[in-house]
Amino acid sequence: MNPPATPGVISDQMAPDFLLAVEGLTVSFDGFKAVNDLSFYVDEREIRVIVGPNGAGKTTVLDLICGKTRATSGSIKFRNRELTKMNEAKIVQAGIGRKFQTPSIYDDLTVFENLEISYPKGRSVFGALAFKRDAAVTERVQEVAEMIFLQDRLHERAEFLSHGQKQWLEIGMLLIQDPDLLMLDEPVAGMSVSERVKTAELLNKIIANRSIIVIEHDMKFVEDIAHRVTVLHQGKVLSEGSMDHVKHDPKVVEVYLGH
Amino acid sequence: MKNTAFLNRSELIAVAILAVLILVVLPMSLDGFRLNLVGKYLTYAFVALGLVMCWGFGGILSLGQGIFFGLGGYCMAMFLKLEASSVENTKIQSTPGIPDFMDWNQITSLPWFWEPFKSLPATMLLVVGVPVLLAFILGFAMFTRRVGGTYFAIITQAIAAILTILIIGQQGYTGGINGITDLRTLNGWDIRTDDAKFILYFVSAGLLFACILIAYFVKHSKLGRILVAMRDKEDRVRFSGYNVSNFKIFVFCLAAAFAGIGGAMFTLQVGFMSPSFVGIVPSIEMVIYAAVGGRLSILGAIYGTLLVNWAKTAFSESFPELWLLGLGGLFIAVVLAFPNGLAGIYTSYAEPFIRKLMNKKPDILPGGNIPQGSPAE
Repeated sequence: MNPPATPGVISDQMAPDFLLAVEGLTVSFDGFKAVNDLSFYVDEREIRVIVGPNGAGKTTVLDLICGKTRATSGSIKFRNRELTKMNEAKIVQAGIGRKFQTPSIYDDLTVFENLEISYPKGRSVFGALAFKRDAAVTERVQEVAEMIFLQDRLHERAEFLSHGQKQWLEIGMLLIQDPDLLMLDEPVAGMSVSERVKTAELLNKIIANRSIIVIEHDMKFVEDIAHRVTVLHQGKVLSEGSMDHVKHDPKVVEVYLGH
Repeated sequence: MKNTAFLNRSELIAVAILAVLILVVLPMSLDGFRLNLVGKYLTYAFVALGLVMCWGFGGILSLGQGIFFGLGGYCMAMFLKLEASSVENTKIQSTPGIPDFMDWNQITSLPWFWEPFKSLPATMLLVVGVPVLLAFILGFAMFTRRVGGTYFAIITQAIAAILTILIIGQQGYTGGINGITDLRTLNGWDIRTDDAKFILYFVSAGLLFACILIAYFVKHSKLGRILVAMRDKEDRVRFSGYNVSNFKIFVFCLAAAFAGIGGAMFTLQVGFMSPSFVGIVPSIEMVIYAAVGGRLSILGAIYGTLLVNWAKTAFSESFPELWLLGLGGLFIAVVLAFPNGLAGIYTSYAEPFIRKLMNKKPDILPGGNIPQGSPAE
């Protein structure tokens, strides 16, 4: 897993192995490089956890991948398709789902409607006008609702859900799109212990046939789910590997405990 | 599943009640003059209806709906003016056959953009087409650049001001500050008689109900729910694979189309069109109609328009100077105390009572509520 030295050449040969290849990614905000020449690769069906101190650029990396922020330079290839030039909707349609840090759901709609809007059909203006709530849609919504433990609350307005349930609902809204890459920004933040356990269970259920990138601070949770861990520091990869490897890396210890 | 139906039962009843009021009760109880006034109010209701779609559901506050009302009205007025300016009627002019104000401004031939208005079908198309085209251009320019909220409201207001100045400045082409007056016939049918006004009232009401049904259709489609979702969490919609700006452009164009139809019916019933219905003040007044009625309620907007205008007529007959203050006060009171307007008062006070009478459980009303205290966003 050595990052290739000359991205152009190698990515042609090796790209099929990677679901996501981030190479030389840099973004600067008024001269401040939040992400600085960052490269990392995510395999098919991998759960990758990104950790790092505050301001390391974790959320910015997700923003760059999903198109919320535009890269200053570098490339992001998803199944060999360059994402840095695509608009947000196209990136979603290519198969990337992203959950925001604070639960981002539609308070004024019911749980059912929240999930239905994310169902990948009728996404154009006239498609949405002609959209029919057929059996396939209802079935899929039910199915996802069961996975996210909300099957009994489908017809309640989403604003009445608890914080943890809102987080699950947003994960469900991504699941219904069946993305190949799911990006979760602190999915267990603000959850109770029992909710955390259920969320880990949920994540383990949904990894079949997809890769996940998770940002998380809760080290217990990270140990539970991570295949590999990437430690970011000042916009760069500080260390990468298994949780064990990363925990004992002197550079990581230095950053977390040294200052 | 009933959310996907075209109209649910309680909405059907509410529309029927409004229909009885507008089509039966008012025509039977009012004299011709008053009924014509109500007809005029109904043309503003088209604009308020558009604002419910665009502002209430979509969260896009436009302070320039007068632009589209005016454009629709001017399109109709241009057709009527050309018909009234036949060579026969204008033989004392130095150039017979063109509108009188052009002649006064030393214009000797009909400008090119007046040509399509010689034909009634073309005019009917343009009454909707011109406002929609302008809304599309504005929407495209602003929404794809993610201009929204207050900035959007201010820009629409500026455009309303620009359009007024343009119309007033180009007197020879537009009739200037006086507008387009002395309109007589529609395809030979005299629109100034009491009978014509009576018929036009019903045409206007019929079109309004058609627009109301379109509004309900959009509200109950998935598009309606996407609008509400966008108002709530625009980024979440965008990152669910939707091109958010297209939806905003659509609803803004829809509101413009409604306003254009309203403007055309206004011209027909009132008999003239002038820049005073295009600018900033009427545009803001129209927002107040929607706010008073309840910007989340399709029918609330209609009641709001009728009530505010009725109050305007009643007050300005007795205290003409005080009316504007009263209107401003009303707006502030609604925003502070009843952010969901009359419809909000109805759903929080009257409806539970009626349900109790009928012994029914409350429905879930998706998109029916909005966080209080953020009415201008």
